Parts: sequence; structure tokens; C-alpha cells
Amino acid sequence: MRSRVPHAHRGRGAPAGNPPARAPRSRGARQVSTRKRRGDGGVAYLDVQGTLRERTVDALRDRTLRGNLDSATTSWGESRDAMRSDYGLDEMRERAREIRRSNIRNLPALLSEMQAKVREAGGTVVRAVDGAEACRYITGLAQARGVKVVAKSKSMATEEIKLNEALEDARIEVVETDLGEWILQLASEHPSHIIAPAVHLNREQVAALFREEAGTDDVPDDREGLVAHARVRLREKFAEAGIGVSGVNLGVASTGTVCVLENEGNARLVTSQPRIHVAVMGMERVVADWDEAAHILQVLPMAAIGQDAANYVNLITGPRRDGEADGPEEFHLVIIDGGRGALRGTEFEEALSCIRCGACLYSCPMWRSVGGQAYGSPYSGPIGAVITPLLEGPSSPASRDLPFMSSLCGACGEACPVGIPLQDLLVRARARSSSPATRKSGMAFRAWSRLWRRPSTYRAWMAGWRLMLRARGKDGWATDLPGPGAGWTQVRDMPTRWPPRR
Amino acid sequence: MRVMLMRTCLSEAVAPSVWKSSRRVLERCGVDVKVPRAQTCCSQPAWTAGHPDQARAVARHTIVVFSGPEEVVVPSGSCAGMVVHGYPEMFKGQPEEEAALDLARRTIELTQFLAKHDLDPGRGSRGPVTMHDSCHMLRVMDESQSPREALAKAGCEVREMQHTDRCCGFGGVFAINFPELSGRLGEEKARAAIESGAREVVSCDLGCLMHIVGVAHRQGIPLRARHVAEVLDR
Repeated sequence: MRSRVPHAHRGRGAPAGNPPARAPRSRGARQVSTRKRRGDGGVAYLDVQGTLRERTVDALRDRTLRGNLDSATTSWGESRDAMRSDYGLDEMRERAREIRRSNIRNLPALLSEMQAKVREAGGTVVRAVDGAEACRYITGLAQARGVKVVAKSKSMATEEIKLNEALEDARIEVVETDLGEWILQLASEHPSHIIAPAVHLNREQVAALFREEAGTDDVPDDREGLVAHARVRLREKFAEAGIGVSGVNLGVASTGTVCVLENEGNARLVTSQPRIHVAVMGMERVVADWDEAAHILQVLPMAAIGQDAANYVNLITGPRRDGEADGPEEFHLVIIDGGRGALRGTEFEEALSCIRCGACLYSCPMWRSVGGQAYGSPYSGPIGAVITPLLEGPSSPASRDLPFMSSLCGACGEACPVGIPLQDLLVRARARSSSPATRKSGMAFRAWSRLWRRPSTYRAWMAGWRLMLRARGKDGWATDLPGPGAGWTQVRDMPTRWPPRR
Repeated sequence: MRVMLMRTCLSEAVAPSVWKSSRRVLERCGVDVKVPRAQTCCSQPAWTAGHPDQARAVARHTIVVFSGPEEVVVPSGSCAGMVVHGYPEMFKGQPEEEAALDLARRTIELTQFLAKHDLDPGRGSRGPVTMHDSCHMLRVMDESQSPREALAKAGCEVREMQHTDRCCGFGGVFAINFPELSGRLGEEKARAAIESGAREVVSCDLGCLMHIVGVAHRQGIPLRARHVAEVLDR
């Protein structure tokens, strides 16, 4: 069966159909399989295990993880606080918020403009309704061009659509070239943070992985030595790769330019060295023009890790033109809907403003305590707890509990550089969640509501509760409450008189 | 000056001394305090648990009970935040929208009320305390100074703990759904509190205090806890 990419628009008068058939190597291309893979179309990781609570308990036991998270989040927090006063981040946030609100309101028009400009510049634009469709397109492209090795630069969207799994299924080698992501690829793990995917691992853990990969103990374990080792290994892969896949931080509609921010230079290689560059962008990542882009590109690294600018800002408009010294021969922009379009005009619309800076993650006491892995999806922390269930659907077992893993402390909304009211969205997401636990709690709260809207039944219940507390208490403390109180007394005692006795 | 006092359901269930102290503190400042007998709860538990319809049913009752021209004083940053910030969202497009907005405009947390009207509860206090900024007081009510000013006026020494603005891990139903995670954060908070050199943690929110002192007791950390109204009252 031939796979299909609806809404595909191709530059340079390429014939319709997928994969694009104009390259000389397309002769031997295999038909793309459309068999349904486990987890297709979902955001949560395929191998997510146990309940969310079980995963938090495992993470809490990991003392190394805790130390790693503490040191990273503390230093980023300090840098960010410095930015806040030095650059007036709070004022910048207001403008960033306005820009993103207007982008989301005008999304269809901006995407049309972006698409037209990319095509004008000689690129190909593909609109994919879901991850499976995007993966089929990219896999098909690789097969049509006879590509055996794909080099990737850090991209949340490709994690979301599970591109690596799709390429590997098609027997195409995928190499992550971001140092952190490469480390995780070696560890067979998933990223735990938007900006710093391997933040949960420390130097010793990384050295052990490198030694295993290299098959020798001759790998230094100091920071510089590790980076040098990775650089040599990855350069080999850049030379082999036929396709470079990158994410997109921002798409600029007025010129059809994709912006890729990075600190290592690997994205620069991925987007210029291989013959083909495929940029994968969530549909919401588009801004109108360079005035807006300049502002967001400043706010992003500041909010992310308190950096006043990204080390590399790659601005890519179409493939290499005649007379240009470098750049790919082909440029493909894959724009993913994946459930995003359906959020426009809903009470969750503001979540689409997210610029994926990660600030809400390390401001979150939950994320700081358990790290990103426990969330079981590429998008972790408060923003992940909101958008993963939205993209997965309210009854997805892998993600429906996520909005409940928050004390609603509001630190996330305070940290968000585009002013997304994350704590409000978490509450709304809870109301939308559908699981056995929420249905059970719904029943309990129906009873609660009937009792508590009448003063007489409310007072009777309160009197009964105080009696029960006194009966269960010993020396002023209850240590094993029944019913809903059981979760309370699992980790803490309940004072039965107030002020509590020591 | 006449106000209505919201007792809060946690105070009624666990610590009636909190709302009673609040009333005495206000009365000492010359405020005429009315405590509507028919009041129940602000409805926050159901709202944050993701049951807006059940929350709305209880909140409607609260709107009726607290109708009138008076300011509504709440000895809890969290319950005040629910009314001030949550009710406008909860009743958007509902028949009660205007009444909800009116109540939201009149509702104020206890120490904010004291600061706003420059009232001095004026009574000495024993020993240094440390102040835990509850998240909803800090971020929903945007307030950290008023309780400290009130404590200072009452002659109470506040020794700041490290990361006082970090969540203690309470969070209503969260504390019951994720006890291990909630407990870990509570333990960090209790340790930070005792390391401040004070033996007693004070907050504008009883929920946080119950949690912090409950974890401290379980862990054998010799920490006492008292609501800010009780400290002002003693």
C-alpha cells in the first residue's frame, strides 16, 4: 500500500505523490509500510512503565538523580534571576506574551504564508496531520534517496512523533548529534529536559557509557576529554549522513526562515553537511516577522538557562542556492498538527504559546524532585502535564494522571516567559481527565457537594470528623487515618488538637 | 468598620482556634466582625480536584452567604485566592457571574486587611518564628510583606528560612494522591524551618502548616506550628 501525505506542497514543481520521486536514487525505493505500530500517534513514550505515582517513588529513591537535578536547577535558577534584573525579563515577558497570543490567533494565515515563502525559496513543505504521517514522509524520503544514515539535531517534535523508532524500523541508522541526546541514545533512555536532555546523568555515568560504546577503557573521564571523544565519534557520522533532521525553534512566516538555536554547533552541521535537510516543526512554532522573531529569540535562552544569547542561531531559508558555498541540496519542512490545531479556540489555547524553553520545568518542585523521566513523555514538567494528555486524549492511560502531579503552587506560571497561566491550565486539564481514579473522585465529590452546600449537614459532618480525629488520636496525633485520610498518614501524622503538641 | 469573617473548612475541621483568633485580632483593632453561621467552604477542594460542577454548587452557597457590602476577611491565602482568582473563572458566563466578581472584589486575606487599613493588633510575642510563604498567598494573592509587617508590629522576631518561597508539597488532593512526593517536599521544608534557628513555623495557610508539622512529627523534627492569627493573638 502506498503511503499518502495529504496537504503536501512541494517546491520546484515536484510531481505529486510520496516519496518525492525526482531524485535519481528513487528507483530502488521500497514502498513505505503503513502497518500500525504500537503507540503510533501518541505522545507518551512507548516503554513507559508503572503508574505515575510508582514512577515518582522510584525517582525519589534515586539519590544520584536528585543530586544531579539539584546542582543543575540551582545554577540555572541563579543565572535566570540575574537575567531578570539585568535585562528586565519581566517587561520582555509582556511583549513575548502578546506576540505569541497573536501568533496563535493568526495561525492559519501565518502557516500559509510560511508555506508559500518556503516554496518560493525552493524548499518543500509537508503538512502532517499526525506523527505517523510525518514519520512516513521522512522515512519514505530517506528510502527514495537511498539514505542509510540520518544525523539528528535535538528536536522535541521528533521525540513526540517517535521518528527514531520509525527510521530504525525501516533499517535506517539514526544518530543523535546533540551531546546530551547522543549520551541518552547510548543509554537507551529518553531526554528528561527540553534544553538539557541528559541533565539527570552525571560525568561518571556518561564516561561509563562512552567506554561501553567505544569498547575500550581508554576514554578520559574529565569534562573536556568526554566532549573531545564525542566530537570525534560524531564527526564520523556527520560525514556519513545523507539526511540531517533538525527541530525548529521558530518559523518566520514573512521570509519562510526556520530558526534553530543551539549551544554546540551540531545543528549547524546537521543542517548544512548532509545533502538533504529535513526540519520538523510543531505547527504552533510560527511567528509573523523578524521583529517578533528577534524578541522571542532573545527571551528563549534567557528564560531557559539564564543565557543572554544562544551560542549558535541558525537561520535557514530554503536549500543551497546557486553560488552559495554550503547548505543542503534539498530542504524539507515538515509541519505537524498532531492534535494542536484542535486546541485553538478552546480553554487550552494558551498552551500553544509555549516556546519550549523549559523554565517551568526546573521551577517546578515536582520536576526538581523526580526529573523528567517520571513523566513518561518528551514534554515533562508543568507544560508536559498539560499538553501531553491534551495531545493523547483524556483517557490515555499513559498520560491522564499527569495534571494531578502538581501542588498548583504556581511557580511554573511565574517562570513562564510567555505568561501561560499553567496552574489554571492544570486545573482545567484535571477536569478533562478521564480515568478510574477521577471517576471515583467524581463520585466522592458529588457526595461532598451535597453535604457542603447545606450548613446543617456540613456542621454535622465537621462534628463527626472532629470526634473521629479525637478517637483515632494518641497524645494529640493520629498516625493511621481511614479512607481518604490514609494517603495523608502514610507519610505524615495528623494533629488532633491545635496548636499541635510537639 | 464592619467585616464578615470566613472561617474556612480546614479551621473548622482541625483548628477552630485559627478563626477564633482571627476574630479576636480583628476585634482588638476595633473592627466589628460578623461570622455568618450558614457558611461552609470556598469549594477549592472540588475545584482543584477537577470537579468544577460540584465546586460551583458549593461556591454558589458561599456567594449567597457572603453577599452584602462588607469586606470578607479570610485567614487563609489559599481560600482568599480561590475567591479572588478562582471564582471569576468558575462563574464566567454563569448567572452568578456578577455576584461572584463582587465577592472577589470584597475578599481579602487577614494580614492584607490589617495592612490595608493600617491596623495594629499590638501584642507581644514569645520567641522567634520562621515564616513559610504559602504558594497561593505568594503567587495568587501576590503577597509576602503583610504577614511579616503584622508579626513585626506584634513584636515578633521573624527568622527567614532558606527558600521560604518554595512549595511545601501540600497542595490539597495532591498530598493524598502523591504522598511520597508530597512528604519529601514537606520534609525539606520542615528541615529548612528548623535550620532558621526558630522553633516555630508560622504561615497564613493552615493546610501547609498541618502538612509541614505532620511530616516534622513523623520524622522526629522538633518543630512547632502556628497560624499567623494565633501568633498575633497570643
